[in-house]
Amino acid sequence: MEELIQTIVDGVAIGSLYGALALAVVLIFRSTGIVNFAQGEMAMFSTFVAWGLLQADVPLGLAVVMTLGIAFLGGMAIERILIRPVEGSDPLTMAVVTLGLFILLNSAAGWIWGFETRSFPSIFPDDSVQLAGADVAVESLGIVALLLAVVGLLYLLFQRTKIGLAVRAVSVNPESSRLSGISVGRTLMIGWGIAAMVGALAGILIAPRLFLDVNFMGGVLIYSFAAATLGGFDSPFGAVVGGWVIGVTENLASTYVDFIGSDLKILVPLTVILAVLLIRPSGLFGSHEVARA
Amino acid sequence: MKGLRGYVWIAVLAMVALIAAGCGRDEDKGSSSPGITDAEIKLGGSYPFSGPASAYKSIRDGAKAQFDFVNDNGGVDGRKIKFTTLDDAYEPPRAVQNARRLIQQEKVFALFNTLGTPNNLAIWDYVNKQKVPQVFVATGASDWGEDIAAHPYTIGWQPDYVTEAQIYADYLKKEKPSAKVAVLYQNDGFGKDLLGGFEKAIEGSNIKVVAKESYEVTDPTIASQIRKLAGSGADTFLNITTPKFSAQAIAAIAKSDWKPLHILNNVGASKALVLTPAGLDNSKGIISTSYFKDPEDPQWQNDAAMKEYKAALKKYSPRSNPNDPFNVYGWGAAATMVEALNNMKQPNREALMDSVRNLDTEIPILLPGITVQTSDTDGYPIEAMQIQRFNGDRWELLGKVVQSKRQT
Amino acid sequence: MSAAAAAAGPSPVERTEQRLRLAAYGLVLLIAVAIPFFLGSYRVGQFTLVLAYSVAVLGLNLLVGYGGLVSLGHGAFFALGAYTSAILIEEAGLPHLMTVPIAAAVCFAAGFVLGLPALRIRGLYLALVTLAVAIAVPQLIKRFDGLTGGTQGLNVAQPTAPGWVPLADDQFLYFLTLVLAIPMFVLAANLVRGRTGRALVAMRESEVAAKAMGVDLARLKTSAFAISSLYAGVAGSLYVFSIGFVAPESFPLTVSFAFLAAIVVGGLATIGGAIFGALFIEFVPIYASDVSDALAGVIYGAVLIAFMYALHGGVMGVLRGTGRRLASRLSREKRKEPLDEPPQPNVAPAASDSPATRPPTITGS
Repeated sequence: MEELIQTIVDGVAIGSLYGALALAVVLIFRSTGIVNFAQGEMAMFSTFVAWGLLQADVPLGLAVVMTLGIAFLGGMAIERILIRPVEGSDPLTMAVVTLGLFILLNSAAGWIWGFETRSFPSIFPDDSVQLAGADVAVESLGIVALLLAVVGLLYLLFQRTKIGLAVRAVSVNPESSRLSGISVGRTLMIGWGIAAMVGALAGILIAPRLFLDVNFMGGVLIYSFAAATLGGFDSPFGAVVGGWVIGVTENLASTYVDFIGSDLKILVPLTVILAVLLIRPSGLFGSHEVARA
Repeated sequence: MKGLRGYVWIAVLAMVALIAAGCGRDEDKGSSSPGITDAEIKLGGSYPFSGPASAYKSIRDGAKAQFDFVNDNGGVDGRKIKFTTLDDAYEPPRAVQNARRLIQQEKVFALFNTLGTPNNLAIWDYVNKQKVPQVFVATGASDWGEDIAAHPYTIGWQPDYVTEAQIYADYLKKEKPSAKVAVLYQNDGFGKDLLGGFEKAIEGSNIKVVAKESYEVTDPTIASQIRKLAGSGADTFLNITTPKFSAQAIAAIAKSDWKPLHILNNVGASKALVLTPAGLDNSKGIISTSYFKDPEDPQWQNDAAMKEYKAALKKYSPRSNPNDPFNVYGWGAAATMVEALNNMKQPNREALMDSVRNLDTEIPILLPGITVQTSDTDGYPIEAMQIQRFNGDRWELLGKVVQSKRQT
Repeated sequence: MSAAAAAAGPSPVERTEQRLRLAAYGLVLLIAVAIPFFLGSYRVGQFTLVLAYSVAVLGLNLLVGYGGLVSLGHGAFFALGAYTSAILIEEAGLPHLMTVPIAAAVCFAAGFVLGLPALRIRGLYLALVTLAVAIAVPQLIKRFDGLTGGTQGLNVAQPTAPGWVPLADDQFLYFLTLVLAIPMFVLAANLVRGRTGRALVAMRESEVAAKAMGVDLARLKTSAFAISSLYAGVAGSLYVFSIGFVAPESFPLTVSFAFLAAIVVGGLATIGGAIFGALFIEFVPIYASDVSDALAGVIYGAVLIAFMYALHGGVMGVLRGTGRRLASRLSREKRKEPLDEPPQPNVAPAASDSPATRPPTITGS
């Protein structure tokens, strides 16, 4: 029993990391309707910026705040410079642009910061508490709390503010939004800015666990896509829950099913996703697709 | 589409005409050994400069520094070494194309130090068919020396993973004869080679592997594997991982209650790349092996070879980190290449292989007592390593150099 | 042009355009035939690989470009085809050519199975399900190492030129690949011009409307996946002939992404675009790292993005536009009279191989 609880707790801890990046993926999708393959590399780049600030003796708290600000501006710049020229073309073209951005950022980061593995300090104290007989790192609790807080803030932003309303309107119908006086360009920039900021936060949360290097987000991105798919591609809360489900099922399977083992454990969450989608084609929390003739 | 048929016929006729006219290319078959003149020796290598394994790029930088250094000091018998390296992104198909390009287009004399087990496996049939030396490949797989007759033009350099595994097994037999070992290994050629070698080496002893877990290079984290190994009741941890995962494993174990004897394979045993990010305190007591001098070890501070290496790296590759052991690795492999070229009796490929297969030399950057030896029946140049333990500040070499007793 | 003119049969401009297109086909074919006689064997090997890739890209374009079903998992079928051929050649000792239809059949069946979820899951969600398959493949190759050689990979002997052929091995291999690739292109062109092609495009535009017009969506989707995977499988076989080695590391996720980039670069819902897409993914990364080791990725990424900006509709879109302008100028000169209306860039191309090139959508909403 204790082992079971521990396995689940570990799964949630890892799943939260996937969920954090999935949140950023979902935000871009929600506000601009495209899948951003470069989300992980944008987060990696931001985390390196934070690391650079730390090297320059900026205190951790300040470095995090500065990085989030830089990421916000960087996300807006990417939208303005790279995405705007292909805006309105088909989603595949835009997806390929983000693929190009992925390759570009990865290589640029290697050129600037090198390929070595680096440590990155956690913003939470290095401690653990006992919960129902399981060891839980304070870090994991902090990440879970922080993610839920971010989801809550995003909900308020989207539902209760004018800017949130504009973002939603633009994603549903840019043309009508433009006619009703919304600055579509600026709204899209803000959407990318927020997503980049959430991505940077994800990087800062993930780096202490996985260590910082140029490729540290590659594997996480795939898992975060899975999390976003499972949760429903337009639901921030779904992204976080999706991350948890994936972390927990993967951990349970490799612990309790001998045939699976570590080498095939990734297949388990993938099968879960398939099963969920067959029952709910838009994920757990996604809004349903309406077919139009 | 009637018109199309016309064009097809034109094309077919053109092709027939071209063939009939004997318009085949006369590819320059040249002398028996291209790539070598009185003034120059062309070497080629394929490395990952992009993609997931780009950290190994430092090996090329170290090797290049050695060649530049030698060239500026007169070269090899007056010949300057020109080292052409191509990016393969750690993908076998790109390595195959690079090998073809280096051999057919760049017309190199030999391939030197191409990196990665799958990439070298991908090209070795082709390269041997072309009778081009593929020497001192940058991988520790045991394949390279196993069957010399099947691939006479291919040879490794570093101690192979089986040798390394045997040294750990011998160490345990002496220090901890009834160890219960938990193993974490990378699920590829490297991990399986080392694990297999270890399991074979402990046969018949009281040492038991009680748990083993694998991970993929693409996995984001190995946290759950470590948790399972920690729960296995093992008292020894054999850590067969590449640098990033070595660091993750050290940090994860430090956070757990598990306090095993930690044996970390050579690939992950860099202070600069692994132990520093993982935490020097967390790394205290880790056992590993080494075969070249550690640039961070104060005892080599005034060592001539170390000083030469550091000065040359600074001069020829100023952006490189001299403490990065991959630079030292490349430097040492290239020094061995220079030695082999020096010993060559004639300027051709067969003579190079002759020289490579009859080495008996000491390379100054390697640990004292380690020799590079090969023969017609021994295809493994370096087969000795020394056990080292991390004391919280630096690696301490223990005992003497251990020569492996390979039974083939 | 007016509706009346269109109904009256092809206009002179269209006829010139048709002729230009045939001339272009002829030119491409001529270049394709000439390549191995004028380039060194390394370059010929590159073009052989381009042909192999182009078959996979073409198959993916049938699915994505025409059918609007996005697959991020075509690297998996490519790997399946490659391994099928490799195992049959090395373990079962079959001659190279015989393994191609078998690899095609295996991938056809596997593609059919992967098509089943498409009956229920759509758009982005479907794309992510296919991504899962690509993730699984290296893992499965390693697990079933008795058959696949596991992490050691499999070295495969390359086909060699028989004695009666006056060609070097690399030239022979090139023509072998070309001879196998051309029918794949012809088949695809016929497919999209026919019933299936029209049904695919109708489905892409609106599933509801397609259904109302009597398209059997379930059958169409599964067969689209099956045929598309068959193409990837054949490409995998050709790839093995050319590279001579397979290992789990040969098929990372980036293969699937590269194929996807290739169809957009070449032009969605085009046949000829596959060639340009394949040329792009083979040559641009290599040129990028020739320019600079350290900045290879920066250059490749930037070029890819630049292509997306500069070429709407991909390389084929640009070629078509140029052809149309050229055609209208040529026919104007011939008739020695000015056109009464300026050439319209948006005139639909003669629908010989391009049912309206409106791209697919991978949004979920």
